Parts: sequence; C-alpha cells; structure tokens
Amino acid sequence: MDHPIPVTFIRLIILLPLIGATINFLAGAWLQKTFGKQAITLIGCGVVILAFILAARAFFEMLHQPPENRFMLDDLWKWFDVGGLNLDIAFWLDPLSMIMTLIITGVGGLIHIYSTGYMHDDDGYWRFFGWLNLFTFAMLVLVLGDNMWLMFVGWEGVGLCSFALIGFWYKVQANSTAGNKAFIVNRVGDLAFVIALYSLFAGLQAAGHPTLVTREVAHYAPLLATVPINFAGYQSAHQLVGFVTLLMFIGATGKSAQIPLYVWLPDAMAGPTPVSALIHAATMVTAGVYMVARLNFLFSMSPFTMGVIAVVGGLTALFAATIGIAQNDIKKVLAYSTVSQLGYMFAALGVGAYAAGVFHLMTHAFFKACLFLGSGSVIHAMGGEQDMRKMGGLRHKMPITFWTFVAATFALCGIFPFAGFFSKDEIIWQAFSHGHFVVWAFLLLGAGCTVFYMSRQVYMTFFGEFRGTHEQEHHLHESPPSMSYVLIVLGLLSVVGGWLKWPEFMVSFKPFEEFLDPIFSSEATRQVTEAGIHSHGMEAGFAIVTVIVVVAGWYFADLIYRQKTLDPARFSEMFGGVPYEWVYNKYYVDEFYDRAVVQPYLFATRALAWFDTNIIDGFVNLAARIIVFLSWLSGLFDHYVVDWLVNFASNVTYNVGGRLRRLQTGSINGYLYGILAAVMLILLARAVARA
Amino acid sequence: MGGGITLNHFLVLSLIVLSLGLFTVLTRRNAIGILMGVELILNSANINYLAFAFYGGGKYDGQIFAIFVIMLAAAEAVIGLAVVLAIYQNFKTIDVDATETLRG
Amino acid sequence: MLAQAIFYALAALTVGSAMLVAFSRNIVYSTFALLGAFMGVVGIYILLAADFVAMVQLLVYVGGILVLTIFAVMLTAGIADVTVSNRAVGTGPAIVTVGIAGLVMLYAIARTPWHQASAVTPAPTTYAIGNAFLGDYVLPFEVASLVLLAALIGAIVISRHEARE
Repeated sequence: MDHPIPVTFIRLIILLPLIGATINFLAGAWLQKTFGKQAITLIGCGVVILAFILAARAFFEMLHQPPENRFMLDDLWKWFDVGGLNLDIAFWLDPLSMIMTLIITGVGGLIHIYSTGYMHDDDGYWRFFGWLNLFTFAMLVLVLGDNMWLMFVGWEGVGLCSFALIGFWYKVQANSTAGNKAFIVNRVGDLAFVIALYSLFAGLQAAGHPTLVTREVAHYAPLLATVPINFAGYQSAHQLVGFVTLLMFIGATGKSAQIPLYVWLPDAMAGPTPVSALIHAATMVTAGVYMVARLNFLFSMSPFTMGVIAVVGGLTALFAATIGIAQNDIKKVLAYSTVSQLGYMFAALGVGAYAAGVFHLMTHAFFKACLFLGSGSVIHAMGGEQDMRKMGGLRHKMPITFWTFVAATFALCGIFPFAGFFSKDEIIWQAFSHGHFVVWAFLLLGAGCTVFYMSRQVYMTFFGEFRGTHEQEHHLHESPPSMSYVLIVLGLLSVVGGWLKWPEFMVSFKPFEEFLDPIFSSEATRQVTEAGIHSHGMEAGFAIVTVIVVVAGWYFADLIYRQKTLDPARFSEMFGGVPYEWVYNKYYVDEFYDRAVVQPYLFATRALAWFDTNIIDGFVNLAARIIVFLSWLSGLFDHYVVDWLVNFASNVTYNVGGRLRRLQTGSINGYLYGILAAVMLILLARAVARA
Repeated sequence: MGGGITLNHFLVLSLIVLSLGLFTVLTRRNAIGILMGVELILNSANINYLAFAFYGGGKYDGQIFAIFVIMLAAAEAVIGLAVVLAIYQNFKTIDVDATETLRG
Repeated sequence: MLAQAIFYALAALTVGSAMLVAFSRNIVYSTFALLGAFMGVVGIYILLAADFVAMVQLLVYVGGILVLTIFAVMLTAGIADVTVSNRAVGTGPAIVTVGIAGLVMLYAIARTPWHQASAVTPAPTTYAIGNAFLGDYVLPFEVASLVLLAALIGAIVISRHEARE
C-alpha cells in the first residue's frame, strides 16, 4: 500500500462519463433534435461502455500484480493545502474500488443500454442520459477518490443526481416531492458524515498526523485508539473513534436507506425504472456499505459502533421485509426488498464479515438490477400499470422477462446454486458465528419474509389469470431487444455471480475473498474477522436451517397465491386487521416523522419568518424611518437655515442694488447736482482740514 | 492799475459769472445749454487765475495755467459737442430729460 | 477813474451776457449771448495785463468753440423752428444751491486777507509765456497736446460711427 503503481488511465475512467454528461447537458437537446435519439445513445452509452473497457483492462493489470502490490494511484493535481490538510485530486485503485468500479461501469453500462429501450418515447431522453452519465461520474469519484473529502464530493454528487433522476418527470408534483424527500433525508445523514470527517481530522491532528488520505488514515489509525473526544477543551471519557464511526454510520444510514433514514427509498420509486435499478439497487445505496468497508480499520476499532451497525442492519432487514409483504405496487415491493438486503450487508459488516458484506453487495447488484429491469419490462408491457393486482399470467406473453425474473428471484431468496445463496446465507451464518444471536434471528426471519414476498410477487404477476383491462391485455408484449438482452445478461450473472466465493464446508474456492484480503488486513480488522466460530459442521447445519426457512416461506406463498387454497384476506383480518393495517401502512413511520420532525421544523420556520418579517424587518424599517426623519430634519435645516442665509444674501444684494439703482436716474441734471455736491464736500473737507 | 480796482473786484466778478454758469448747468435741459454753462464756469476760473497772477506780483504761472484751461476747454467742447450730435442722431432730441434709457 | 469805468463796463457786458445765457428761452439767443460774454472776458483779460491769454481766448473760444457751438445748435435744432425750446427746470433748488454756494464763496473772498503785491506795470507776456512753455512747463505742454490729439480722434470716432449707422 505504501508504494502504489503510478498510472494515468484511471482518470479516463472517471472523465469519460463526465464528458458524456457535459455533452448531453450542453448540446443534448440540439443533438436529439438534429440527429435523433441515436446520437444521444451513442454518446451516453458509449462513454460508460468505454469506461467499463478501461476498468476491465485495469482489472487484468491488477491481477498480474502480486496480491500485496495491487494498488494503483493516479494523482492529478494538488487540490488544496490548508491548515495542515493537504489533499490532492487523486484516484486510488485497489481491489475494493476495483470491484466497485466494475459494478458501476458494468451493471451501469447494461442499465444505460436498457434505458435506450425503456426511455425511447420520452422527449427528455437527452436529459436522462445526461443525468445518468453525471451520476456515473459522481459514483466513480466516490469509490475512486483517494481521500475522504473527495469521497464526500462524490457522495454529495450522487445525492444530487439521485434527486434529479427521481424527479425526472418533474411535471408531476409528486415526483419532485419524492426527489426533495430523498435529498433532504440524505442531508441529515450527510451532516453526521461531515461532523465525523472533521472530528477524525482533529483527532489525527492531535495525534500528530493530520491527513484525510484514506491509505494514510489506515496507516495511522491505531494511533487513535487512545484519543478521547475533545470538544473545546472538554474531554470525554469516550473514544474519538467510536464517535467518528458512529456518525459515519449515521451518514451511511441516510445514503443506504437504513433505519432511521430509509424513508426516502420507497418514495424514490417515482423515478423511471432504470433509475431505480441503477441508483437505488446497484450503486448509490451501496455507497454506505462501500464506505464502511473502505474504513474498516476505523470501524473495527470501535466494538460499540460495530454492534450498532449489526443491530440496525439486522433490524432493518426484518423490518423492511415485513413491510414488503403487504405492498401491491411491483416497484415498492422491490424497494423494500432493497432496504432489507442493504440491512443484510450492514449486518455482515457489523458482525465483522466484511468480505461477505461486499460480496452480497455485488451479487445484490446483479439480481436486484435484474428484478427492477424485469419489473420495468412488465410496466412497459402493461402500459404504465404498476399495481400487481391488475396483473397475472404474464409468463406466457413475456417469457424472457419471466425466466430472468425467476432466476433473479431465486438468487435473491438464496437458493442454491444461485448467487444469493453464497452471499446471503454466508451473512446469516457469520452473524451467528460471531455471537450476534439476535441479529441472526432477525436475518433468518427476514429471509423467510423475503421468500414470501418474492414468491407472492412472482405468482401475482406472472401466474394465474390476467386481471387487468382489455386494452392492457391487448397491449401485452415482450420487450424490445435493448431491454430483454440486458435482462438475459443480468439473469445469467444472477446465476453464476455467486460462484466466486463458496462456503468453507462445501469447497474451498473463494477468489473473491482472497482478492479483497489486502483491504481488510489492518490489525483491528483481523482481530474482528478471525473471531467467531469456525466449525464447518455448524455452518452446514445452519445452512440447512436457512434452507428450511426459505422453503417454508415459499410454500406459504404458494398456498396463498398459486394454489389459492388459503385466502389472504384471512390473514389480513387476523387480530382485528390491526397487524395488517400497520404493515400495509409501513408502520406509519412517515406519518410519525411528519408529526415529530417535519411539522415542528415547519413551525419553527414560520416562527422565524414571522420574527424576521416583524422584528428584524421592523428594526430595519425603524432604522430606515429614523434616517428618513433625520434627513427630513436636515432638509428642514437646509431649507430654512441654509437657504435663508443664501436668500438673505441675495435679498440684501437685490435690495441694496435696487436702492443703489435709483442713483442711476438717467437724468443728467441729477448727475450734475451730484458732481456739484461732491466738489463742495471736497472743498469743505479741505477747508476743515486746514482749519 | 489804478482807480481802486482791487483783487476783490475781479474775484466778485468771477464769482458772479461762476454762479450764473452754475445756474445754467443746473437748470438747463438743452445739452448745449449745459455745455455753455460749463464754458462760463471755466471762464470764471480763468478770470480768477489771471487776477491772482496780476495781483500776485506779475508772475506768469497763472497765465500759463489759464492757457491750459483754455486748451482743455476746447478739447472738452469738441468731444462734448460730438457726443451731443451723436445723441441727437439717436434720440432725435437733445433734451437731457429724454436721455433716460440708462435709468436704473 | 477811467480804469474803474472800463472795468465796470466790461463787467456789465460779461455779467449781462452771462445772464442772457442763463435765462434765455431761446438757445440761439443763449449762443450769441455767450459770444458777448467771451468778448467781455477778453477785455477783462487785457485789463489784467494778460495780452497773450486774451488773444488765445479770442481765437480759441470765440473762433473755435463758439463757432462749434453755433454749428451744433444749428444742426440739432429743428431748421424750421428757430425758436428752439431752451427751457429751464428746477430753478428753485438751483437758486438755493447757487445762492448758498455763492454766499459761502463771497464770505471766503471777503474775509481772506489776500496778499496784494504792488501794482505791476503791464508788459507783453508772449515771450515769457513761450519760454515757459518750452522750458519749465514743457511736460504739461506736451501732455496737453496729447489730450488735444485724443480729443480730435475721439470726436472723429464718435461722429464717424454714428454717421455710418
């Protein structure tokens, strides 16, 4: 890590989407009008595919290196050097960021291609690709930034693009409101994240090594073990590391939709389906997971935070899964499923199974993107309908969509040998193995709920009789190749993607984990990861338990929704319908937030506005009035005193002049008398003087 | 000079002429009339000068001065009458009461 | 005896003519009365043994100024109307003023102890005056000639401009 290979092509991977975004934003409308949507397709998809090719090349170059030397650094220029904080714009490619880059450009590229079909009829085509490209750029900055501040820049950037893409069809008020909600809730997390960064830097500065470059922080992190929280001279007994990591995790709950900041993700389904697939399944929401994995050396130093992460992750996993059971919108089910699966990833990180968490991130990207795109295909065929109660029997009309959807569902449910089995079951086992029994229970139950709601979804959508209108029925068709080919690719990845990391008790083949090993090699992390039970027998046993739960869940759903032997109404009316009401209404969390946070905030806003208008503006107006009054006084002074003086002077002159004027009689006679008088006076004066 | 004509006789004479000249100046409305009054005054002054010259010991200073006065009177009369003629051409009259255009 | 008679005669001429000048209603009468006044003054001058001055007076005053005045009178009077109005206004204040001035001066004349030298034998003065002009009084002489020149030019300027109009 201390001697990275200097390269210069990483910047291209990041620059290409940026160039695509720039062209699409600045010239997109004109290009689309002049050359048609193909031009936008070429630019928008081309840059991402090119970036993927470059990333693949980087990957192969990395594989050629020995494991301890798989680090590449592309240092562009000095960003700033202020108060001890010396940061460059530089991009750091190590195994973790390599995997993320491949996912972003690869899955992202596939979704770009899918969008060409899905958004084909939309006039805002160029705008869509502009934002998609910009998002790709921001996400790449996030994962490839070599220092935490640059990561934060990307963090904010993806938040912005998410906001813009959720509210893409901005003419519908509800969509832009959803975008607002996403951005604002994210902001709460971002605040915590920023405070964490400042505190971290302050702590490192106190320890003598002020830096925010990630690899350097990793190097000096052990020094923070004894640094307490020091706020304006007040020293707390608690560790700084715990404080910093806790706040960072809060930031992650915002970005990655965990309790308590997950509420924006279901609303974000207002955006176009490719957006849901890319941002809210595969990449942006995984930023939090990436961040925790990247900073594992810090998190491992704080058992308290790790515990919090595990519990929150596990709770979210179960909580969201229960909500997903009762939803009728095809995308909402998947949204809650995403929240739930993110909970699994965090639970993995929290118990110390970092590699498993990142692995689930990757497999989840494959099958969740496939599921979302498949649902997009269904929505497209249904002419925009998203309510599953109006669907049914679609498997005959849309075979490709159906089979890829089923493959991805199997992956999500964790059925061997599909991808999810290797990642999700691993996490469930790791939870138990590291001693977090409650978390394990949550995760296990969550798995059961997952199977239930996914089976429900598949049966309601693709099986049975069509329950929609006649026009919808006539409109049903398979999606165009741009969409269905992508589904096939992702479906295949959902099948084989998990084969990179087999459980120990089956076979010892886990190149994925080995690839990531240098990332999780700090002392503190090693201690955490290697703790726990390492019994193959137990692992196998727990795998069987999980399988039983999964099958039970499926059977239950099968009874209700395919065989129709059990009536769902019976369950929704159980216990007076109260549990169903609660689950269907998402446990009224949004309403609670509204009452507890939003309304008081709006009230405070109005109070402050009143204060500003009446009191502050009152002062300002008072000051203005005083000044007006003073100027009126000054005007008076000017008018009466100064003007009086001036007028007086002129009046005197005028009057005296008027009087003197009379001397000019024009009468020569008078003048002669005057001369005579003057002469007389002179003579008189002389005579008197002489006498 | 015999016959008891003293200096005072001449002085009184000149005084009378002066008074008459002054009176002319002050009352006349005709511009030329006023100039005539001025001539009278100058002449009275000349009589004074010459009388003092004669009764002061026969020195010539008075006479010389009288010649100067005559000269200057001539010059002044020339100008004055030129002006009067100009006024006549402008105002068509030489009544000084009519030339009030510079009246303030 | 004779001197006194001559003196009073000349004085009467002068004063009478002056009074005509002052009180006449006709400007032409005034002009010719002025002639009489000048003649009387010439005589006075001769009495005062100022022969040169008297001749100068005759030449300049009578021959120059008076002629000029007559010209002016004739040019400015209405030709058809010889009896030009030569009215006098404000005689009251004038009499008062003149009276006061005259009385004051009379008082001065009477009360001042004039230093009178012994009688002087009249002699021709031309030679002496000529010498004085080019000797002691050369500067005023030259200046006076300048004044005359200026008057000449001025008169021409004044009359020419008006004539051009």
